[in-house]
Amino acid sequence: MSDTADSRFGIGALREAFSLTGATGPLIGLLLLCAFLSLATDSFLSIRNFLNILDQITVLGILAVGMTFVILIGGIDLSVGSVLALSMMVLGFLNVEAGLPMGLAISGALLASGLAGALSGVMITVFAVPAFIATLAMMSIARGLASMITNGSQIIGFPIWFNMGAIVRHGGFLTMTVAVMLAVFIAAWLFQRYRKEGRELYAIGGNPEVARLAGINVNRMTILVYTACAALSGLGGVLLAARLDAVQPTIGIAYELDAIAAVVIGGTSLSGGTGGIVGTLIGVLIIGVLRNGLNLLSVSPFLQAVIIGLVIVLAVAAETFKRARR
Amino acid sequence: MTKPSSGPILTLRNICKSYGPIEVLHGVDLDVHAGEVVALLGENGAGKSTLSNIISGAVRPSSGKMTWQGAPYAPANPKEAITAGVGMIQQELLLLPQLSIAENMFVGRYPSRAGRVDRAEMRRRAREGMARLGLDLPPGRLVAGLSTASQQLIEIAKALTHDARLLILDEPTAALGGEETQLLFRQIERLKAEGVGIVYISHRLEEIKQIADRIVVLRDGERVRDFDTADMPVRTIVEAMVGRSMDQLFPPLSTPSDRIVLEVKGLKSRAGAFSGVDFEVRRGEIFGISGLVGAGRTELVRAIAGADPLAEGSVLLNGQDVTPRSPRDAMDRGIVLVPEDRKQQGIILDHSIAENIAYSNLDAVARGGWIAARKVRSFADDSILRFGVKGRGHQKANEMSGGNQQKVVIAKWLARNPSVVLLDEPTRGIDVGARSSIYEIIHALAEAGVAVIVVSSDLEEVLGVSNRILVMAAGRQAGILDHKEANDVSVMELATA
Repeated sequence: MSDTADSRFGIGALREAFSLTGATGPLIGLLLLCAFLSLATDSFLSIRNFLNILDQITVLGILAVGMTFVILIGGIDLSVGSVLALSMMVLGFLNVEAGLPMGLAISGALLASGLAGALSGVMITVFAVPAFIATLAMMSIARGLASMITNGSQIIGFPIWFNMGAIVRHGGFLTMTVAVMLAVFIAAWLFQRYRKEGRELYAIGGNPEVARLAGINVNRMTILVYTACAALSGLGGVLLAARLDAVQPTIGIAYELDAIAAVVIGGTSLSGGTGGIVGTLIGVLIIGVLRNGLNLLSVSPFLQAVIIGLVIVLAVAAETFKRARR
Repeated sequence: MTKPSSGPILTLRNICKSYGPIEVLHGVDLDVHAGEVVALLGENGAGKSTLSNIISGAVRPSSGKMTWQGAPYAPANPKEAITAGVGMIQQELLLLPQLSIAENMFVGRYPSRAGRVDRAEMRRRAREGMARLGLDLPPGRLVAGLSTASQQLIEIAKALTHDARLLILDEPTAALGGEETQLLFRQIERLKAEGVGIVYISHRLEEIKQIADRIVVLRDGERVRDFDTADMPVRTIVEAMVGRSMDQLFPPLSTPSDRIVLEVKGLKSRAGAFSGVDFEVRRGEIFGISGLVGAGRTELVRAIAGADPLAEGSVLLNGQDVTPRSPRDAMDRGIVLVPEDRKQQGIILDHSIAENIAYSNLDAVARGGWIAARKVRSFADDSILRFGVKGRGHQKANEMSGGNQQKVVIAKWLARNPSVVLLDEPTRGIDVGARSSIYEIIHALAEAGVAVIVVSSDLEEVLGVSNRILVMAAGRQAGILDHKEANDVSVMELATA
């Protein structure tokens, strides 16, 4: 058993402390990517550019956290982009049109998105609709509701300080929105690693029947996970509204695919039960760094899409290959 | 017994197989003649699977020679072996449930005419193949919904349509009831009469006595013993398998007290699997549940443990109504179920032993809902020690033998010191050595005052461990036998009543 020694010192200890399991490959990929871009461009390696990347990945990062939990239990959520749009429209309506204070408007937006997720969760557990179908339906429903609020037009006129939250760097460094994303990642990581409920997600993803017979309330946890994922999408919507200083119902189309890509690149298995938040953070950073670097290299957006597709295949193939060789 | 007329159809000489530096087969010889059943016995890890995989082309030997019908034989893959006439029926059935019987038998080699699948020809040949086994099923029927025995026979029929002259059957009766087993045996006799050679792998020694002509025993990758007739005392065979003399497979009976711990009244399942079940189990008693497959045994214990819903009736623990609504509910009251299907219900193969043990004990390793990794590890270490699991907490479950996995499954639920333990098929598919240690665990539980219920298809096992036996027949409670009046005849009489 040579890996007991390994797990107490060095890489093993690191891997265990940060639950890097399955994410060492992506981490190496990220470091290589950063090294390459530092050499290939003048502007990549700077604090300023790093802060830019963090700004750019804020929304994707928050969506990917929720998606990680969903995929960990062996599910999928296609509705996150639409729910994000719904949250933004509710926010705009409550704050600008109805004149409610921002605090109440944000609560309303999170409540609306959370409800959408709870509904998906109930469809999946109580009515045994496959997650793919239930969230596909929710994707359409939430998008429709978002458009109905203003009949398709955009809302502008948020308070100035709201937009400043995405622009002003406190201490010359952290915007409000990035701070929220980092807080979400830390909370999610603590939850997944140290909370009883966090460990239950792994059991459910590994095999829901084993989990149920072990005394875990699988249905309740599943509904909670979809609710949390949707509420996080709603939170992502609030942050996006702050950045854009406007909301419109066609925002966030295909965001679910970026979120799924980030989770999968980060080493969480689509069949559930393995992976985690640290891997997702790395996956989100890979996508963010790649987009940023390709822009700096003036690669066309069309070619960027092709490259990101190839990275997804590469990440998953490398993981599968590693597993098969063992 | 028909004496084979000529030399063997298959010979193996000095077959070795190494994985890296570890040699798992050491120079094994084996002959199989036409029309005989050779039983290949041994504990898990003895090399039976490796040997049969070598014969069927799935694994290539490191050294040694094989001949097949007189000519040198070295299949590079299963397809070559099948073409040569060697078929292997895996323990896990590999049929496609949503295709018809005929399509399953000819998948990948559909008979065709003018570039189109010739369905009429396919059905005709499928019917012909099934007729050889006395199976009368419409070839167009979907495989989904057929009994396990029928599916087993279809796998065999499929092999026969390849003109198999040798069949390797790996645990063919693991999922079959007594009746179905007899049906399978009649067909095996038929194949023997046609001159097909059969290598038969099973853990059920009583069966071997009935079906096999010869026995070859493997231990730790070596051929240690053979018997020219299968008519040997079980004890002799077992001793050859484990390599030491067995004092006794079953520990002595426990001595229950008079206090009733568990009582069930008028239980009826919502799905209709059983009804009208009444019994009580005393402190320190081992209560066996027997019956044919489909009699409702598994459904009954699942319902008592809250895993399946009840339509009527109540479950009483120490006189108090505790009828559970969920597994969690039952566990909190101290009623736990060690489920039947290890891989689907008991253990997550991809996760570590420590995690698996923790899943049913999260409250015990958490404080205020927060879990410390150290606590998970020490909790697992305690259980591993207590139940004699050969392994370590950080190992993944799929790196362990079936017997050790089963011990982990038992450890998962016993760590909470329950007052009622329900075990469903606790020794299915595990070797004799691990079996006896599981009987020790069961015995120790009863001695510690737990009320134990054991469901088993293995009659010898139920008779060996139980103080009393409940026999079920077609969802009804056919009767309860005391240890003194219970034997294979009295149980089978009730089971088929």
